[in-house]
Amino acid sequence: MPLTHADVAAVWLTLELASLTTVVLLLLGTPIAWWLARTDSRWKQPIGAIVALPLVLPPTVIGFYLLVSMGPHGVIGQLTQSLGLGTLTFTFTGLVIGSVFYSLPFVVQPLQNAFEAIGRGPLEAAATLRAGPWDAFFTVVLPLAKPGFVTASVLGFAHTVGEFGVVLMIGGNIPGKTQVASVQIYNHVETMEYAQAHWLAGGMLLFSFIVLLALYSGRSNKRIWQ
Amino acid sequence: MIWPFQRRPAAIRTVAGLGEIQARFKVEHAGFSLDVDLHLPGRGVSALFGHSGSGKTSCLRCFAGLDRPTEGYLQVNGQLWQDSAAGIFVPAHQRAVGYVFQNANLFSHLSVQRNLDYGLKRIPVAQRRIALEQAVELLGIGHLLQRLPGKLSGGEQQRVGIARALLTSPRLLLLDEPLASLDLKRKQEVLPYLERLHAELQIPIVYVSHSPDEVARLADHLVLLEDGQVRASGPLKETLLRADLPFVFEDDAEAVVDGLVSAHDQSYGLLSLQLPGSRIRLQLPHGPLPLGASVRIKIKARDVSLSLQQADDSSVLNLLPARVLDWINVAEQAHVLVRVQVADEQLMARITRYSFDRLSIQRGQSLWAQIKSVSLLSAS
Repeated sequence: MPLTHADVAAVWLTLELASLTTVVLLLLGTPIAWWLARTDSRWKQPIGAIVALPLVLPPTVIGFYLLVSMGPHGVIGQLTQSLGLGTLTFTFTGLVIGSVFYSLPFVVQPLQNAFEAIGRGPLEAAATLRAGPWDAFFTVVLPLAKPGFVTASVLGFAHTVGEFGVVLMIGGNIPGKTQVASVQIYNHVETMEYAQAHWLAGGMLLFSFIVLLALYSGRSNKRIWQ
Repeated sequence: MIWPFQRRPAAIRTVAGLGEIQARFKVEHAGFSLDVDLHLPGRGVSALFGHSGSGKTSCLRCFAGLDRPTEGYLQVNGQLWQDSAAGIFVPAHQRAVGYVFQNANLFSHLSVQRNLDYGLKRIPVAQRRIALEQAVELLGIGHLLQRLPGKLSGGEQQRVGIARALLTSPRLLLLDEPLASLDLKRKQEVLPYLERLHAELQIPIVYVSHSPDEVARLADHLVLLEDGQVRASGPLKETLLRADLPFVFEDDAEAVVDGLVSAHDQSYGLLSLQLPGSRIRLQLPHGPLPLGASVRIKIKARDVSLSLQQADDSSVLNLLPARVLDWINVAEQAHVLVRVQVADEQLMARITRYSFDRLSIQRGQSLWAQIKSVSLLSAS
């Protein structure tokens, strides 16, 4: 058995984290992307820049600030404590929150591009055909933006799977709780278990390649990175 | 699926004004302003005519509620859709309008059939006044139902767009240059369907166009827009001949005349038209048309000359008894435009000032109008 019990647990935890994060990101990212695609507000650029920050920031920076704010004296920490939830650092929930920040641009930007590409035309047509704004969103925007949603989900998921720095900062290395695959590879290397590290690292390499290959063959991806 | 959480539409207030459309819109943008006050007939085709940038489309978007004018009032056959003074603005999706976009704007992810259903199924059954089969037949799109919009020609897309709009049983049909993006052949393909709309439906239509021929062919009422202002508004034929606006259609003053097909001469290939309410006949080279069909023709002022006698030795086919109404001087000094009455219709004759003086033309004078050329605009 090339994978130890801890390795398998780490892989499962990673998939669980990535799935949950992707769901949260789609729910959160859709309205943000919609707003960014539609607004003429002067807040568009600042908000867009904040969303894009994780693209350029070292993950340890995001992790550090999240650690501080989710800690017992941080803003989020105080809030969760007053709600009787304790602190979120070194918990799975904390990891989900961290991952959501970390992968936000990978979901928001493809969605925003998809919404912008649709333009106002189909929405105006829907309005003159008696569809209210919500109706039009679900019957016209969602189907037309489907490729954008696929891209956003795949990228959000894959990027979360590959997360390391944020996890290490706010989640630590608790087996079965916060020990994800990338951290487990780090553990193996630290303890000179290169064969074990290879199995996990190779697996993730293959996974990432397959995901991107599927995405690129599924359609031309000109719009993802714009 | 219809999204279930849609709010119940607000009750639409009714006001006096059956049989007419009243619209007052004021829009201010950087570099553009629209300020119009229109009274349009509550049925038939009203054309908004003007150059690009004159505010035609902005005006139409205000009718639909797609744009919200800073100040506005809109009442369509008694239904109040906007009254900014009272804080009333019915949003687009609660207005009974059909809107035909310049580029058709079909939903690319839905088949033609489902495009048509989209509006239809959002109309309560009791309020439907046109059936799917009827719209499909009227626009001749039965063979396209299973196709995706991307597989249709521009003309076919436009016909589907019109059918889709009609299926919402609108109280007002708005067409934004539906032919502008089509080449001549496609235009000829769609125009007859627009004429059928006019002839067979009771819905008032507001038609935006910058094509004089389309307007002359389809409209009953003409609104001339210039720089966001109404330059003229009135019944088509009258407005075309209004003395203060001789060049509604640019370089050419022209008259639009309705006639009934009365005969066809096979050997010479000539079609005879009778002017309604008279025995006066016009002839033009054209293939046969059904007897009694109503047709619209266009006569340019430069194709009409005047003579005091009934010259029967002329090569000009049409020599009609006319009475002088009035005249105006054209900007260049050499010509005069004379407005004459022929039966119930009016024509313009563009003659030289020299001839005008030589014939010593006076108001009420009877003379003969020689018409060199007549072009058929439509047959319905």
